[in-house]
Parts: sequence; structure tokens; C-alpha cells
Amino acid sequence: MPDIAIQNINHNYGSVHALQNLSFEVGKGELFGLIGPDGAGKSTLFRILTTLLVPTSGSASVAGFDVVKDYRQIRRRVGYMPGKFSLYQDLSVEENLQFFATIFGTTIQENYHLIEDIYVQLAPFKNRRAGNLSGGMKQKLALCCALIHEPEVLFLDEPTTGVDAVSRREFWEMLQRLKAQGITILVSTPYMDEASLCERVALIQEGKILSINSPAAMVKSFDKPLWAVKSDRIYQLLLDLRTFDLAERVEPFGEYLHIVGRPGISQKTILDFLKNKNHEGIKIQPAQPTIEHVFLELA
Amino acid sequence: MLWRIFSAFVKKEFYHILRDRRTLFILIGMPIVLVLLFGYVVTNEFKDASIAVLDNSRDDLSHELRQHLEASGHFHIVADLRSYGDLEGQFKTGKIKMAVVIPARFEDDFFDKKQTTVQLIADGTEPNYATTLVNYASQMILRFQQIKSGAAAAPYRVKVETRMVYNPQLRSAYNFVPGVIAMILMLISAMMTSLTIAREKETGTMDLLLVSPLPPLLIILGKVVPYTVLSFLNAVMILVMGFYVFHVPVLGSLPLLLGICLLYLAVALALGVLISTKSETQQAAMMSSLFALMLPTMLLSGFIFPIKSMPALLQHISSIIPATYFIDLLKSVMLKGNDLSFIWQPTLILTFMLVVLLGLALVSFKVRKE
Amino acid sequence: MSSTADHIIEADKLTKRFGDFTAVDAISFKVKKGEIFGFLGANGAGKTTAIRMLIGLSRPTEGEATVAGFDVYRQADKIKENIGYMSQKFSLYEDLTVRENIRFYGGIYGLSRKKIKEQTGRIIEEVGLENSAGNLVGSLPLGWKQRLAFAVSMVHSPSIVFLDEPTGGVDPAARRQFWEMIYQASAAGRTVFVTTHYMDEAEYCDRVSIMVSGKIEALGSPAKLKEDFSASSIDEVFVQLARGGAVISD
Repeated sequence: MPDIAIQNINHNYGSVHALQNLSFEVGKGELFGLIGPDGAGKSTLFRILTTLLVPTSGSASVAGFDVVKDYRQIRRRVGYMPGKFSLYQDLSVEENLQFFATIFGTTIQENYHLIEDIYVQLAPFKNRRAGNLSGGMKQKLALCCALIHEPEVLFLDEPTTGVDAVSRREFWEMLQRLKAQGITILVSTPYMDEASLCERVALIQEGKILSINSPAAMVKSFDKPLWAVKSDRIYQLLLDLRTFDLAERVEPFGEYLHIVGRPGISQKTILDFLKNKNHEGIKIQPAQPTIEHVFLELA
Repeated sequence: MLWRIFSAFVKKEFYHILRDRRTLFILIGMPIVLVLLFGYVVTNEFKDASIAVLDNSRDDLSHELRQHLEASGHFHIVADLRSYGDLEGQFKTGKIKMAVVIPARFEDDFFDKKQTTVQLIADGTEPNYATTLVNYASQMILRFQQIKSGAAAAPYRVKVETRMVYNPQLRSAYNFVPGVIAMILMLISAMMTSLTIAREKETGTMDLLLVSPLPPLLIILGKVVPYTVLSFLNAVMILVMGFYVFHVPVLGSLPLLLGICLLYLAVALALGVLISTKSETQQAAMMSSLFALMLPTMLLSGFIFPIKSMPALLQHISSIIPATYFIDLLKSVMLKGNDLSFIWQPTLILTFMLVVLLGLALVSFKVRKE
Repeated sequence: MSSTADHIIEADKLTKRFGDFTAVDAISFKVKKGEIFGFLGANGAGKTTAIRMLIGLSRPTEGEATVAGFDVYRQADKIKENIGYMSQKFSLYEDLTVRENIRFYGGIYGLSRKKIKEQTGRIIEEVGLENSAGNLVGSLPLGWKQRLAFAVSMVHSPSIVFLDEPTGGVDPAARRQFWEMIYQASAAGRTVFVTTHYMDEAEYCDRVSIMVSGKIEALGSPAKLKEDFSASSIDEVFVQLARGGAVISD
């Protein structure tokens, strides 16, 4: 039985359709990623699943309980880390953790095994006010607070937004360890590169799911020719390639521009086209698709 | 278990309060500052104030009254007016702050009809000063009447009629202590609770509390109890300050007085919770508290402006403001020494308000959104 | 400094101390005219402090720096006139329309009425807001807001723009549209100085610097840095540096 089951969920804020007919399931112990930009509806879905919001229509269950009828049951069983840092900034690290342990009717000692890995990093700052922690440390504290009552399902809404690359990496390593302990995790992120760290992901935009699959299968499904190109005048290159018949789309990708090609595109056809436009320093190579390519293709 | 959770809540709330200097100042500094401010402004001592006399009688008794007023050393008659028309000029130039109008046939009426009226007209642009002058003059005239009555069986009476020009308001010197209590309790209980709940919403911590298995009532109580305690201590502090610094007496029963404070406090807290359920941000909570609570409490409760002189519409509004009844109750118990049999009516009204507001607050506190 | 003609930013041992904490520790670097310069660093590495010194909001403790030819100590006011600045926090007024926002910022920089009108037309066209110029900025999608904020930060034609994490929270397509605007500005000779948390975005820059604990630990083109650190992405370079460096962030 899946730990999270969502069937035809819709949510409207006034005339805005924040979620449109969402359906998917997350298995027990799965690390599932919800990938999409701000305003895609990720937070709305999280608020529905954590029983803070009643959906306009559709049904969902978490840990076997209905989000509308059995919301009290769900509230004991889930851990929630909202998108915005939501701890008491004027309380110290330890006081925050103590408080959340108490309101869930437990103690830090009782579930220390769950947070130990994370808490040892926080321990040197345990008397520091939460508001004075760095972004990465704040996220770790928030995760500890969400874990302290040993939840069955963990909801993490954009835990890595605004956190630097090193802290992000550490955070994901922690999630892998939690998954290993059998906790079901639904995590959302706007960073496409984090998708590959999940078992399965759903790409979501404007309240609709574009695709659900394992990251590998998703990348594999991208079957159009993909070329990376650069020259000395990158902006001119972009403008020129947009007029290229054999290019379906041209987008900046790092130091290169990526061309999603039409049938017939090859290194030679691209090179000929660019020489014609008087480009210098031309470099052309085949490129490997990523989740980001899939997203751009579907969006 | 619940008790442990509850005490963790209260502890956390006290951390918030103690670690925020602004909150701390509002809680502790504000009552002291307000009491001292109102106290000293109202009990302003004066000496040798310039007044005018319009003596329409010009008989022996009126002459004696004038001498009586001047003899105190507090009043100095700088103008002897001939007609009402002269009054305005005197006030406009600021030469005088008060005028005493003695009616025609003053002496005759006093001894024949045993009743006459002296009018005091004061410049209301400086309300506190004017009030002080008028009160002082009234007392002097009363004293004058007592001297003149002597041992007579049926006392002669001089009625004092006062009128403020430019700012027709009047209040008693003791008015401010009940008023300040009403204001402070409203400020702390209602505004601070609505702010602190709104702050939890703004920072997102309210979501975490709601996602926990805590009963909503416990969340509200955890927020409200610390402020109840603090507000109650404040009320006591103001009463003590009023008593020792400004000699405002407590003639009635002290337990009754404290009971009334608690009742009003509960009403204010219910209002605070109600406001917070309607406000998503601290700013919104602040605005609502200021406009819906603080201003009416100050302006329409009879604290600053007498209700009787308000236009009918404002009088109606003032009758739904808790502070109106609370100030009335405080004055009754503190200054008149009344017991419950005299004041059951406003007490009942406040209780009714409490029940209604509490119900509304509980119903509108949303555990989840649509 | 001989090469002022080619360099729009020159920092020489620029340092900022708060008490005995050194937030920025003698950083030296040069940014060429028209370059897209990525300024990377972990949270708390000193990026924000460094930028605040360069845009004249904070006085350095030691060291030298010039921006657009003006000295950061003595000519902070001149610097402010000659730079554009956009950050996630500094954004447009949501309750004003697109047109009103442009007019307001044009006014702040003392542009003439005629110039403001001209710029308004240009910006609206550039960002593609022809049909929503009279709409409140609050009603626009985030991606459009960001591009509009970028365009507005250049309303007074500064020679250099500072972008502090400009693309947070938008979808990949919107991010690319934003970067196209950066390319365009750079192609027009404007220098773009940008900080970002998206390491893949760093690879769009001509050159990047990586700050660790107040010092610049790496500086060069993305390709060069990847080669030097034998890494496949800037993300890896960053992690190697930050992990190898002193304790991170706290």
C-alpha cells in the first residue's frame, strides 16, 4: 500500500487553478521528488498533504489516512518542513528542538538516534539563536525538528532553496540516510540537478504534472538529437541559430548553446551554417540530455 | 502530558517576550510611562491664574465671592467685564483662561430662593489646565457657600455650572487611572496576543503547530495565558501606582476590583484572538488592533471625552465598547465604593460580551484552510 | 593602475573586518569591460560584504578598489550613479504598474522626461511586455518580473550591473530567457557582475571567482577551472574548494 496516494486533486484560489487534476502515488520508503519552478503548485500540494489545506476536489491519503477526514491521525504521523524557514528565530537551536519534541509528546533523548547524524553538526551552536544560523545550518535544524517525533512520512518543501552548493549536497546525503531507515520522503525542489538524487520524480508546472518517472528513464525518453555549440560571440550565435532550419530549439546551457535538432542535423550542417554567418572559435559537440532538457521539452 | 506540553508552550512564550526589547518595553515600560504622563499632566499645580469676572449682580455677596476667589492666591482677576460680548475677546487674546459669570440678583436669589447659579467658562484648548482650574474654582465656590450658609437649617445653595469654550470637554482628575488601566489592558491583552499569533502565521511556525497533534484550544491557551498573567500584573501595578503616587483611592472591595479587571482582560484577550484569526500578518493585526480597539478605547469609552456630549451615533458605538463598561465599573468601585449590587448591570454586559467573543474566536480559529 | 581603460572593476587587497572577524580578506581581482563575471561563494563566505563595498554601500577596512573608474572610498556617490543593481530583495513595486515602475526609477536617476519615455518604450519592448505595460507588476509571472527588474536596473544606462542572485525560483525556460538578456547586455558592451546559487549558471559566465572564508580561492573561465580541478562541472569545483577550505559557513 502506498504511503501517499493522490487522486484527481484540484485546488483553486479564487479563479487561479493552482493544482489541476493531480494523481500519483508514493510507495513506502520511497524518496520522491517534486520538481518544478515557483508557482507550479508544489507548496499547495504539500499543504494539502499535511492537512493544512482542504483541496477543492479530489482525494488524497497519507500513511493510509484520508487528508480531509482523518487529518488528526495524519498530524501525528508526518514531519513537515515548510518552504520558508519556520522555526522560532529568537529561540536557540536546543530550545527549538526541545519545544517541538515536547509538543509532539516526545523527548530529544527518545528519538536521538534519528537525528544524531545531523545534530552532531549543530551541537557546537546549540546555544545560538536560530535566527543567527547560516542558511545551511537553519535547514539542518528544521530537518531535525521535523524528524524529532519519528514521522512515517516526511514532507520537505524546497529544503535546499537559497542554500549553497555544499550544504545542498550534505542535505541530500542526509536524506539518503533517512530513506535507508525506511522513512517515506516527498521532497520538492526548483533545482533540476537534484532530480537525479530521487528514486522517482514528477515534473510539475502551472499545477499540472508534465511527467512522472525515474530520473534515468526520464532522461532516456529524450530521443531528439542534441548538440552543444559555442563561438566567440555567444549572443550573436544565439540569434543566428534561432534562424537555423534544422534547429527546433536553441537554449543557453552553461558555456555552450544547446540545439535540439530536427532530423538531418549533423556536425557538418551546423558548421556550414555558422561559417556562413562568419562565426569564429566555433566548437561543436554532441550533448547528453538531462532532466532539464526533458523539462524544457515538456514545458 | 497535556500539562507538560502546555508548560513548554508558556515557557517558549516567555522566551519570546524576554528576548524582544520592544515587547518588553510595551509590557513594562508603557504602563509606567502612561500613568506618570497622565497623572502629572492632570494634576498640574497652578498658581495665580488669570481670570475674568462678569458680575451681573454687583451686590455685596458677589463682591465677597470675588474676594474669596482672589484670597486663595490661586486666582488673579485681571478683567472686570461688562457683558458676555467681552468674553470672547479676552479668551482669544489668551489673557484669561477662565471666566466667572455671576448672575443678576445673585444675593437676592441666594438668600430668598436659596438657590442660584454661578457659571464657570474655561478655555478648553488646554483641556487639562482648564479642568484643573474649573475643579478648583468649583470647590472654592462650594466652600464659599458653606461659609455663607453657616448654621442655617436649610442650606443655601450655589449651583456651579461649567462650560468649556473651544473644546467642550470635561473630566475628573481621577478619571485617568481607570482609563489607563482600560487602555493598557486592551493594548497588552488584545494587541499583543493578536500580534504574537499573527507573527507565528507570518513566520510559518503556526503551520508547524497545526501539523502537530496539538489541540487548537491548547495553542490558543498557550498564547493567551502568559499575556493574561502579565496584563493582570500590569493592572495591579497601575492601581498601586495610582494609589501611592497620585492618591487615587480604592474605596470599594479590592477582590471585586481585581475580579472586574480579570473579566475585562478576558474580553480583551478574546478580541485579540478574534483579530488574529482574521489577520495573516503582524502588520494587519497591528492595524486592526489600533483602529478597532485602541482608538475606540481611548476616544469613545468616556476616558477622554465624556460620552454624554457625543453625537448620538458615537454614543451608540460607545455602548458596544467593552472599555465603556469597564471604566464605569472601575470608577464605581474605586471612587464611589459601590458593591456588586450597584454594578451588576455593566458586569453582566461585559460577561455577555465575553461569551459572544469567545465563541466567535473559537469558531473562526481555523485548523485548516479551504 | 595602467589598465583602467580595459578594466571596469579593479580590486586590490580589498579587506573588510568587523571587530576581529575578517569578512573579506584581501581579495584582488579585475573585471574586464563587457565581461560576464560570476561571483560565487558559500553562504557566509563574504560575497555580500564584498559586493556592498564595490557598490559603495560599505567602506572597506583596507585595500583599494575602483568601479567604473571611481574610487570606493572617495567617490561612492559617483559609483552609485554609474552602476545598476538588482537583487532578489530589491525588486519592483508590486502595487505600481510596469510603466509606473520604469518612470519611478528613471526619475530617481534624474533622467529627463523625454529620456524616460524613450527608455520606457525600449524596456517594454525588450522584455516583451507590450500587452501588459499598464498591469500591476504584482500580477506578472516571476520570470517576467525578474527580467523587468533587470531591465529597470539598467534604465540609466550604467556601464556595469550587479545582479545578486537574480534568478531564484523560476523555471528553466525563464532562467534561460534571463540569461539571454545578460548575453545581450554583455554583447552591447555592458559589464555584468552576477552572484548565483545555481552552479550550472556559473558556467554561463565568461569568468568566475569562487570565494571561501573571505578569500578568493579560484578565478578563471569555467573551462579553465574545470580543467585545473579535474572536475566535470563548476559544482564539483565549488564543492572541492569549500570542503577543502576551512570550516564552512559557521
